[in-house]
Amino acid sequence: MATKTDDQRIIEFDVRTDEMLVNMGPQHPSTHGVLRLVLRTDGEIVSQVEPHIGYLHRCAEKIGENLTPRQWIPYTDRMDYLAGMNMNLGWALVVEKLLEHQISDKARHLRVVISELNRIASHLVGMGAYGLDLGTFSPFLYAFREREKILDLFEDVCGARLTYSYLTPGGATADLPPGWLQRCEQFLDQFEPIIPEYHALLTTNAIFIKRTASIGVISPELAISYGCTGPVLRGSGVEHDLRFNGEEIYTEMYDGYVFEVVCEKDGHYPADEDYPDVPSEAVLGDCWHRFYVRMLEVIQSIKLVRQAMERYSTATGDHGVPIKFNQKLPKGEAYLETEAPRGQMGFYLVSDGTAIPWRARARSSCFCNLSITAEICQNCLIADIPAIVGSLDVVMGEIDR
Amino acid sequence: MAEFINGIVGLEGATFGYVVAALVHCVLLLHVVAVGALIFIWLERKVSGRIQDRLGPTRVGGKFGWLQTLADGIKLIAKEDVTPDGADRMLFKLAPYISFAASFAAFLALPFADGWVANNINSAVFFVLAVLGLEVFGVILAGYASGSKWSLFGAMREAAQVVSYEIPLGLCVVVPVFLAGTMNLVTIGNMQAGWLSNWFVFHDPFTFCIFWIFFTCATASVNRAPFDLAEAESELVAGFHTEYSGLRWSFFFMAEYGSMFLVSGLGAILFFGGWNGPVPIMHIIGWADSGGLTGYLANLAGCVNFMLKATVGVTVMIWIRWTLPRLRIDQVITTCLKYCVPLASACFLGALCWEVLDIWSPNHLHLGSKPAHQVNEDWATVPRFPELTNPGIPESGDVYENGPPEMPAEPGPESVDGDTAAVERASDHQLFTSSRQEDSP
Repeated sequence: MATKTDDQRIIEFDVRTDEMLVNMGPQHPSTHGVLRLVLRTDGEIVSQVEPHIGYLHRCAEKIGENLTPRQWIPYTDRMDYLAGMNMNLGWALVVEKLLEHQISDKARHLRVVISELNRIASHLVGMGAYGLDLGTFSPFLYAFREREKILDLFEDVCGARLTYSYLTPGGATADLPPGWLQRCEQFLDQFEPIIPEYHALLTTNAIFIKRTASIGVISPELAISYGCTGPVLRGSGVEHDLRFNGEEIYTEMYDGYVFEVVCEKDGHYPADEDYPDVPSEAVLGDCWHRFYVRMLEVIQSIKLVRQAMERYSTATGDHGVPIKFNQKLPKGEAYLETEAPRGQMGFYLVSDGTAIPWRARARSSCFCNLSITAEICQNCLIADIPAIVGSLDVVMGEIDR
Repeated sequence: MAEFINGIVGLEGATFGYVVAALVHCVLLLHVVAVGALIFIWLERKVSGRIQDRLGPTRVGGKFGWLQTLADGIKLIAKEDVTPDGADRMLFKLAPYISFAASFAAFLALPFADGWVANNINSAVFFVLAVLGLEVFGVILAGYASGSKWSLFGAMREAAQVVSYEIPLGLCVVVPVFLAGTMNLVTIGNMQAGWLSNWFVFHDPFTFCIFWIFFTCATASVNRAPFDLAEAESELVAGFHTEYSGLRWSFFFMAEYGSMFLVSGLGAILFFGGWNGPVPIMHIIGWADSGGLTGYLANLAGCVNFMLKATVGVTVMIWIRWTLPRLRIDQVITTCLKYCVPLASACFLGALCWEVLDIWSPNHLHLGSKPAHQVNEDWATVPRFPELTNPGIPESGDVYENGPPEMPAEPGPESVDGDTAAVERASDHQLFTSSRQEDSP
């Protein structure tokens, strides 16, 4: 078998008979879609994890080079399909940046309402699915129950429940329908008091803490060196949120809003007096912290939505007129990263002066977040793999595009 | 029953009657397991539905989706029976039957009411645990024979889990056994007749604690969440039954639900008075132990009572499953060996001291200077239903004497001699109880 010896891995595999190579995915209940992890296991202990991606690749970027920016909006929906509004927003802002297009205050506040609501919906899925990864089913359905209400609100706004194509270069495709703000307010009033239920079922549950605390620890240096962003980065204690630290065109959306970056400082989270204590087993940067950051970001988003609704109802102007489908783009390029629920979603647009971009590129946050798996999954147990990968909260649609 | 059948067909002492009687018992038991599993699967769907803020099945078979499980069963029968290429064909096909047969065979020794048991064996507790332990072989075989890595992981986990929960489970079961002085489940159940303070779980604080350890280990023994590591669907796809489909898969499923009922029933008998309700209505109206139709009705009520208690146990298991995340394998072993074993041992010693030091207990078995083990040995050995018409409510040791009326036991220290005589009448356990009699203060 001379040909086989060329491959070092096969020799190793043949000699070390007590190790087993296992494919986790792409068809596996807890790989969040079509992630494939190749595990090298010795009994229950996993010595090496290798993520393989590409099973959901749909050539979105290449398609972007054949469509005008407004026509590409539906494709951004399908990247992070759990946070379509935030994807729309990222692309819309890049196009506006290239066009140097200014939108009205009302449209800006509308965008905050919508994108923060979508952040809540996205984190609800992340939270529920994480419970599923750890073997508890009910929180998943509780989370979906609330998410359905947000989807109902989105359906009222744009007719779609998952792929919205609502926020668009120039503003939004339509204004909020009459009575929508009251319904949204009702939802928030109903949703906010039941968040402690999730904490009771998951965050403070003894088994949950045992399964997540001190598991998959990412140090701040490691997180930064792998380019982790979003809750993964903040769960490691790095205070970085593009809503504060981003570019002008993005941060001006949040001008005057009162909210905080969810990040542990001196053993405490901002305004954490109403929320459970950090368990003594938890280490900064472990799965528990990443989960908890998401839970607290939901609270911040609720605050933001409330403020934005108030501003929206008093603001003058229109909801923003979408740019034309065949709007000519100025020659040049623009890049902008926005704070999507899963991290910093970047869009890059290069134009040669026609209506169709010369290059459209999406920088995925989940891709960087996932790339750290191989580093932190060494010498853990098989049961920890779903716990760690779940805490990164990856969406394969965004990684593969 | 065999005589009855022989009487009908006009044969005397023929084996025909015994075969038919055995078949009737088998069919009855099989249906208890099978129909019980159907009902519990339905219950699980409804309870989990309610827990998760949804309705569960509502359409099939009328209002509450009664026949949903049956419809699922028909679907499973109609499905293709796939055996993977890499599988060890014989073991692969054998494994579900081992699991199911073990779960089913354990019902042989499980009484459903006073005397309503397929085989009233004196070591019933041991038998139930031993046979239930065999179920694991089905799981391990299935995992090994499937030829799938995920199945193998499930089998390995099951093997690791079984050695960790069996020890504390055995320790927990020993406590009611030594309180009763017998392993006969019928006797253990009958000893707890009377008000609910007579239940062993209220005998002393240690038995109360040890019930919860028992329940934890029992949950682990039937592979229910949070101990469902062998099938851990978010980690091992479906664990040991990944490669199974159709009817073979449903055998595992039925075995799981059968075992759930079995361990809950075992817990009900050992700790919660079995078929004796919290209020001894059947004793008050004099139907219990009266023989004939009233005795039958009393037993029927007892059977319902027992079923209800076991169902409560199953419901709690369902409730736990839909609430808690799953433990990791090392945490399961830690829980069982590092926490449950010492706790169970401590409770065992505590209950032993309680009994030896003769400390007061709400359990009437202990009143009247009669240690529990002396009271009712003859329940299992003397003929039931002598000319007794109304045994009254068993409140203290003397009422419990169902033996011949010329040997009334009196409360108080002076009755020790009478007790010893009563004990010596009991032929089966004479040696055991006499030696304990000498040891006790």
